[in-house]
Amino acid sequence: MNKIVSLLCGIIFGIGLVISEMINPEKVLGFLNIFRDWDPSLAFVMIGALIVSTPVFHLFKNKNKPLFSSNFSIPDKTEIDKKLIIGSVFFGAGWGLIGLCPGPAITSIALLNMSSAIFVASMFIGFYIAAKVN
Amino acid sequence: MNIVNFTPITALSGGLLIGLSVALFFILNGRMIGISGIASNFLISKDNRIENFLFLFGLMLGPLIYNQITVREINISISSSLMLLIIGGVLVGFGTKLSSGCTSGHGISGISRFSLRSIIATVTFMIVGILIVLITGIL
Repeated sequence: MNKIVSLLCGIIFGIGLVISEMINPEKVLGFLNIFRDWDPSLAFVMIGALIVSTPVFHLFKNKNKPLFSSNFSIPDKTEIDKKLIIGSVFFGAGWGLIGLCPGPAITSIALLNMSSAIFVASMFIGFYIAAKVN
Repeated sequence: MNIVNFTPITALSGGLLIGLSVALFFILNGRMIGISGIASNFLISKDNRIENFLFLFGLMLGPLIYNQITVREINISISSSLMLLIIGGVLVGFGTKLSSGCTSGHGISGISRFSLRSIIATVTFMIVGILIVLITGIL
């Protein structure tokens, strides 16, 4: 069941990225272009997602276990450390340069977009370097 | 500042679906979605490798299914050079792995949990993204 849920949630997430047009870097860069021609759409995507995920998380977090798994696995780090800040700065820089973050980048590969494929391959190299450095 | 290309209805509807995906994954599988986490764990860790792969595969099926049920075209416009794509990709991979999250992991899942770490991460990558767009727009 776990596997079917993973596939299904991936599909729903991917369709969400397409409908909201977040798969298009131009929309994302439009959101970041706050001082000139601003496209606020991305903020509405986040609001839409949060109004569903936030109440569900708080309703279910104290339950014994999820339906198809033995336990909940919730990130437990609370420390605001250098890695968090430096990592976010690096991520924001790459995001602002191209307008792609991991979800839309991976999703758009399916449309045989060569630029996304190059971006994703480079992103995996980035994951690998960060894992080695740590 | 001018407001341009604003599409609140599709943005909100797509957002609701993304929220639904995060909510279902939590209730059923017990994990919070973060795509950089799922993708980097698929690369690096043996834990949940099949589930992680299936999620990423599902992501890619998303637009293909969308294409089957609607005639609306999916627009993707990337004008960056090869060199910039490589630099941007490495920065995004390195940064999200180091900070343990991206727009979904920190921006949606983390903020859902009211995690201070995630709120700080989200504000940081948004400010940096805005500055980069400001600078590249001037250059």
